[in-house]
Amino acid sequence: MKVLLGAGVDVGSSHTKAVILDEGGRVMGRALIHTGANVVKAAQSAFEYALTDAGVSRENVGYVVGTGYGRYKVLFGDAQITEISCHAKGASWVFPGTRTVIDIGGQDAKAIRVQEGQVLDFTMNDKCAAGTGRFLENAAEVLGIPLNEMGRVSLLGGDPVRLTTVCTVFVESEIMSYLAQGRRVEDILAGIHRAIASRTVAMVRRVGIEQEVTFTGGVARNTGMVSALEQILQIRLNVAADAQFMGALGAALFGLERAHGTDGRPPRLRQRDGD
Amino acid sequence: MICVAGIDIGSRTTKAAVMDCAGNLRGRAAVRTRPNFGEVATEALVSALVAAGMDREQIAYVATTGLGRYNVAFRDIQVTEVTCDGRGAAFLLPSTRCVLDIGFQSSRAMRLGREGKVKAFASNDRCAAGAGGFLERAARILEVPLEELGGLSLEAAQAEPVSSVCAVLAESEIITRITEGRGKEEIIRGIHESLASRAQSLLRRVGIDGGVTFIGGVARQRGMVRALEEKLGVKVLVPEGPEFVGAIGAALVGLRRMEKLGRAPSQNDVAGSRQAHGRACPG
Repeated sequence: MKVLLGAGVDVGSSHTKAVILDEGGRVMGRALIHTGANVVKAAQSAFEYALTDAGVSRENVGYVVGTGYGRYKVLFGDAQITEISCHAKGASWVFPGTRTVIDIGGQDAKAIRVQEGQVLDFTMNDKCAAGTGRFLENAAEVLGIPLNEMGRVSLLGGDPVRLTTVCTVFVESEIMSYLAQGRRVEDILAGIHRAIASRTVAMVRRVGIEQEVTFTGGVARNTGMVSALEQILQIRLNVAADAQFMGALGAALFGLERAHGTDGRPPRLRQRDGD
Repeated sequence: MICVAGIDIGSRTTKAAVMDCAGNLRGRAAVRTRPNFGEVATEALVSALVAAGMDREQIAYVATTGLGRYNVAFRDIQVTEVTCDGRGAAFLLPSTRCVLDIGFQSSRAMRLGREGKVKAFASNDRCAAGAGGFLERAARILEVPLEELGGLSLEAAQAEPVSSVCAVLAESEIITRITEGRGKEEIIRGIHESLASRAQSLLRRVGIDGGVTFIGGVARQRGMVRALEEKLGVKVLVPEGPEFVGAIGAALVGLRRMEKLGRAPSQNDVAGSRQAHGRACPG
């Protein structure tokens, strides 16, 4: 019997993610690697790792969808779909009640209003690194704190500092000024997360905030960002354990639909088996 | 001999200049800025004193400027960067009417009146687009020493345009260009041209009047000077040691203050001497 799997490859500015789905929309394999300078190679490698992880070969995959800023570098892809559509699709698949998606990746931030997985409206910041993963990476480096710990440490700050700008470069010296004044790293991090969260919320308000709100992208793994956003929005956010795979998942779902010629709404993709 | 010190605690580098009461520069030094501004300022001052062959006791007055100017406990006065840039530039190049200062995170343009007094200024104080941090990041990605960037840009026959304004986001654009096989020289020239257009809009806000005196660490890059001259269509002058202009300006403000306090001979008495030696930079 011929198996037709769907695959999605999300080539982001910092990481490339790949997901292989079985015919029921269950994740069979996935991979996450640094994008690096060679984007074409990153897309190819992530896809191959995901195939290995799934224990299947290329012939089993019926349709590959590329997404992310490097989607046109997925040379083996059958189609390219914007990350806006893919994040909306992926987020709605994992959290079917999703009406708003906040996606923060390595170098851009997006707010998407969705209904049943379809994009109604979106807005994004890709002109300035403020509020992106790159911003947090830079701040972590200046403070000498591992990136994956900065969110947790920010939660310990009871007296957040006030930032006068959110420019990634300016914040570097603002951090130094606060350290010079003897402020605690926890409070500096709390202030940074708060400033970035309020900037993000201002962007999300442009598309309108409707519940449920799902937070996707690599920055969603930062518990400090989740908490800062929740505090300002005064609502709980949906955050998947593998939030950075939502774009690749959405792409793979599109791939699966196309592999089966069921563009639109195949009934079997309506339910979700497990996580 | 009694001297004054100007210390400019910038976002990347801290500069110190030691000047005698006749307005002669006796020594200068630069160190990398760290979060402990007071300590870094001391370090820069001590290095400048070593260069001058002088002792700490000979410093009668300390003026600070730059980002960390309030964090130096031993200062006598703190002065804004704008004031110091104007005074320093007019001191080193007396014909200066317009100053452009591009540092690591700041860029500012000033129009000067008499004696280096600032008549108008404009700066980027919210966003580092157009500042030197852009070049530092580019140098890292291109794996070229920062000091060599300026020269390489001159070797490019044409520029590879960089469309990102954000210093941080331009990084991935640069990576893409490298992957596409574009030459380093062309990419650097593109970056210089992009910074030059940002500088042009700052200068337009204050009004360009004749030539421009270009100071700050980025002024060391010859490719940047060429890009500015091409963009502005005017002569761009760079004083020797352009990154020290703010510190020198601070020292000049300190000297003037000392005179007012009666702790130094009047500038008028030593004006001739200053004219003769003002541009000499030992070490």
